Amino acid sequence: MSLISTLARLEAVETGRAQPSATVRHRHLSDHPLVLVPLTTAGEAGAPLGALVGTDRDHPRLLTVTQPRDRDLRFAFLAQLAECVLPYIETYADTVETAERNELDPETGKKAKVEVELCADAPQLIVPSRAGIDFVRLLGRSMRFRRTAEEDPETPYPAPPRVPLLGRWLTHYGERARVPGSSLLLATTDLLNRHWATGQSTLEDQHLGALLAWIDPPDGERGAGAALRAEVDRDPKGQLSCPPAGPATDPAFDNKLLAPAIERHDRARQALATAEDGLAADAHLAELAAAERQIRTVLEAVMRPTWDAVWRGIDQLRTLPEGTRAMDRWTRDRWSFTGHRDRVRAGEPPQPRRDDAVTAARKLASRETAQAQLEAQEALDDPLVMAGRRLAGEAFAGEVVDVTMAWSESKRPSPRPLIAFRTDDAPHLAERAKVHRSLEGKPQSAEFVRYEDDGTLVLRLVNGMGRSKDPAPGTVPEKGDRICWTLFEHSSRGGPELPAQEDTPWTHGGPPGPAAESTAEAPDPVTSEDVL
Amino acid sequence: MLAQALGSPAAFGQSQFAFMRGNAFEAKVKADGGAELMRLLYGRMGDPDRPEPVDVRTPDLSAAGPEGRAARTALALREATESGGWTLMDHPMLALEVAGSPAFLEPDAVVVAPDGRWTVVEIKSFPMIDASADAAKVGAAARQSAVYVLALERVAARTAGASVHDRVLLVCPKDFSNLPTASVVDVRKQLSVTRRQLTRLTRIEDIADALPEGTTFDPELPREDLTAAVAQVEAAYAPECLAACELAFHCRDRSRAAGAVEALGRSVRGELGGLRTVDAVLAAARGEAGDPADPTVSALRRAAALRSEALGGAAC
Repeated sequence: MSLISTLARLEAVETGRAQPSATVRHRHLSDHPLVLVPLTTAGEAGAPLGALVGTDRDHPRLLTVTQPRDRDLRFAFLAQLAECVLPYIETYADTVETAERNELDPETGKKAKVEVELCADAPQLIVPSRAGIDFVRLLGRSMRFRRTAEEDPETPYPAPPRVPLLGRWLTHYGERARVPGSSLLLATTDLLNRHWATGQSTLEDQHLGALLAWIDPPDGERGAGAALRAEVDRDPKGQLSCPPAGPATDPAFDNKLLAPAIERHDRARQALATAEDGLAADAHLAELAAAERQIRTVLEAVMRPTWDAVWRGIDQLRTLPEGTRAMDRWTRDRWSFTGHRDRVRAGEPPQPRRDDAVTAARKLASRETAQAQLEAQEALDDPLVMAGRRLAGEAFAGEVVDVTMAWSESKRPSPRPLIAFRTDDAPHLAERAKVHRSLEGKPQSAEFVRYEDDGTLVLRLVNGMGRSKDPAPGTVPEKGDRICWTLFEHSSRGGPELPAQEDTPWTHGGPPGPAAESTAEAPDPVTSEDVL
Repeated sequence: MLAQALGSPAAFGQSQFAFMRGNAFEAKVKADGGAELMRLLYGRMGDPDRPEPVDVRTPDLSAAGPEGRAARTALALREATESGGWTLMDHPMLALEVAGSPAFLEPDAVVVAPDGRWTVVEIKSFPMIDASADAAKVGAAARQSAVYVLALERVAARTAGASVHDRVLLVCPKDFSNLPTASVVDVRKQLSVTRRQLTRLTRIEDIADALPEGTTFDPELPREDLTAAVAQVEAAYAPECLAACELAFHCRDRSRAAGAVEALGRSVRGELGGLRTVDAVLAAARGEAGDPADPTVSALRRAAALRSEALGGAAC
């Protein structure tokens, strides 16, 4: 945490309200995001309990599992989830625009521009918390290797038709969420924490209710008091008035409300199975339906506050104007979405359980690039972020006090004007250090020459002035101009290029041999042992 | 109870679903005299040159009271080590001195090998998916097991031919099934950390001696008296306490009321040097107090100036 954000937190403590830690919104928000509030069963891996899902804040779709340990009910839930999520994803898959991309021509071995499809927009998934992102990833993992009856008639427990496909999409979204600055799958708490500083610690900020209490406190109340109520307030039955944002549930909810409801449902089911005549069966059926309704009611009651909180969070975020360069990152998300759409359409197998060494190295390199890019772009979009970089000595702002024309000493002299620059910041400048500024959206560089005796900096402008002997108009700053220079590059080039596939070093498994052909993974062995 | 009486209750509890699942899984792992458990142990830690465990003994460890059970466990451990065979101890009881008073610990299982080496087995119900589990949960399990290893070392020191393995066997459900899988966890680091922490803990007697005569923490006391009594004991609150201690909400209230910067996190405290309270920091940042020669104060003033400049001069 930088001193500036610490200061913001302290101000939040003093004023009783969250303070801004950004002046623009650094993540793209779709006009129609799909919000997913999932719940999971305590102690069971990947056993969903229920979910609220949808794009309409007033009418979420409620999905529940009345007995989380029943495999058929779980599959039914996942099939319903697929019917909610996949049509939403598919509406974006067919609206495309054409874009150009550099591709390696397999015949000539040269890079050439090819025209490819790029989806005009991408579906965006929003979950309440970071644990929700992990749960999306877990659901994806649990579904993508399942086999449907159509794929494998022999499989003992076939999955409903669209479930494996949903698994692949959720896996893709879960993986994409690991790329810094990506916005395909977002957690509301992360979004809010990026843009506001509260008067509590980062640990307490993971509680969505408490976080919103600081950002948007109820009338006249101070953040700390409202947050405390969100954390601990319970109704006379011992239930939290602000239930946890999930996917984990509150133990008191499990023990006092959910367990009796599930037990009632189990009893009704058993009674129905052993009913002796039609009349008794009808009565049991009615009891079963009532028990199911009860489970749905308690689950909806515990998820609805979180659902509303997510939308309140989105409202808060929409009050900020979107950063200019957030759109650039969203374009990358659209590429990612289009890429996965193409892989699914080409009939490629689901993502492997573990990445091979080459894929892992690629992913790591691209995430490092994305991180560097995100840091640079956020600073350029937002003076408050830039202030942090200036405090850290990674950027400096000030005024041009003098410009002296000079030229390079080559055969064709190019302009190399010297700029005298005054700043109150304390940048960490080494000799001949490169500094950058943004000139109408394009970066221009200069190098540090020396400090004058009065503390003025001398910089030599080295590019972005056109090809002729005299600089193009408007490319050289004038006396009195205010400029913010950065020591970091504006668009990161990433590390050195990774070797071609046939040159893969032995450390990463060597060049692909014939053995590498069959990459499709076997599905998880399903046994009757699974307490599903 | 004390937290409730102080008016800052904290909810800790376990869902009966998690409880049931955990018990069912542990029973399954230990079924048939621990056959599955021994197979996993041999598969992960066994020496292929030595024979597979057969005739595993599972002594009865029941006795009256924790002291009795701990004594019974120590005896059974000695017998098992002398016997030169494989022994599986189901829920042994171990004693460890913490801050001068004994604490009783109950590991899920301890296996004694023919060479006299004791291995702690920890059975957890979080899944190992594609051979990897949640790092935070594994870390917690490792810290927990390290305490068991420490307690076992005290017993082993008094038992001829015995040694305690510094690696423990962590047994978890595999992927999304109920089938057990296991992984060997090296706990040497956790061991040295725990050892150091145990020696540095203030002894309970010393804390009690420092209190005024007649201090009690009886939850029946009026709230003000109780609060005053608890206030006698110094507490170093940090947000991490919230996940572990029932009194954390009470300490947080006190810490916030005192304006301590630690309430915002330990790292915040580190940045602010000698300035300990929110008011002091803000006053220093606004130039109302503090020595400008102090590097913390000058950095704060710069940060405040940059922040208000970026926000258009509105704040501060």
